[in-house]
Amino acid sequence: MRIIINGKTRKVSNQLLSEILIECGYQQTHFATALNGAFIHKHLRESTRVMPGDRIEVVTPNAGG
Amino acid sequence: MTMLELYGQSFNSRMLLGTARYPSPSKLAKAVQASKTEIVTVSLRREAGSSYAGEKFWDLIKSLNITILPNTAGCYSAREAVTTAQMAREIFQTDWIKLEVIGDSESLHPDTAGLVEAARILSADGFKVFPYTTEDLVVAGKLMDTGCEVLMPWGAPIGTARGLNNEYGLRTLRSRFETIPIIIDAGIGLPSHAARAMELGSDAVLLNTAVARAENPVTMAEAFAEGIRAGRKAYLSGPMQPSDMPQTSTSLIDKADLRE
Repeated sequence: MRIIINGKTRKVSNQLLSEILIECGYQQTHFATALNGAFIHKHLRESTRVMPGDRIEVVTPNAGG
Repeated sequence: MTMLELYGQSFNSRMLLGTARYPSPSKLAKAVQASKTEIVTVSLRREAGSSYAGEKFWDLIKSLNITILPNTAGCYSAREAVTTAQMAREIFQTDWIKLEVIGDSESLHPDTAGLVEAARILSADGFKVFPYTTEDLVVAGKLMDTGCEVLMPWGAPIGTARGLNNEYGLRTLRSRFETIPIIIDAGIGLPSHAARAMELGSDAVLLNTAVARAENPVTMAEAFAEGIRAGRKAYLSGPMQPSDMPQTSTSLIDKADLRE
């Protein structure tokens, strides 16, 4: 299915958020996720099913003022 | 001097420093050390799966061994800000959040209605909210009603380096809310601006670009720290009030009569 991850459309073969993140190469220790604008706690990634067209955001620590 | 108290934590330094726009990570680290700041602000941004920039940045920040204040910079709605705060809490392991809800992309003016809405949601969820706001008294009162125990009014719009645009407003805010910590956030360009903010009775100053974009950020960080300390001392010393009437400082009593 096609999803949008960090603003880019991508085809993925998995359906669970945790599996999609691995499929997209996320192996960092520190990142957080949101699905369609709502925060998804790291413990819920394994039980969160992603639907075609869903928007995933993956963010990491960055400089800020 | 008395310590800065924020949500039950005490700090010697009254300078909060942003971590963005430094020429290099090592300059950032040295600027933090030179300023003796004990609180730095950080943000969250998108990262590709193959990148480890976020991990490296986080390692640097952790090595500074100081308090982290994540922000919700760039959020244009209460919902966006709330989601960002939730993500920040998970990553940075802190319930402190510098809450920014921007209402106008050109002036970066805070959306104070969205700010109050987000502050209410986040405070109820256990966050310790540091709201980036204007000097508006009514908004400040509403923010405190939501549970905010700190106010962060702007000096001037973000990144303008204009100093304190509305001293009267900031002074009024100080006198109306005598006991709540007030941190002047944004618009500070020079140590004299920061000193002035402290002379008005503000509890602390938060700045970023004025240090990061200086030709020598490390020395500028030191200069700001000195300005903030000087302003605080001046406030605590009870400055004399300005007057329209000149008055000699040297007494005229017993002045010799040297007229011809």
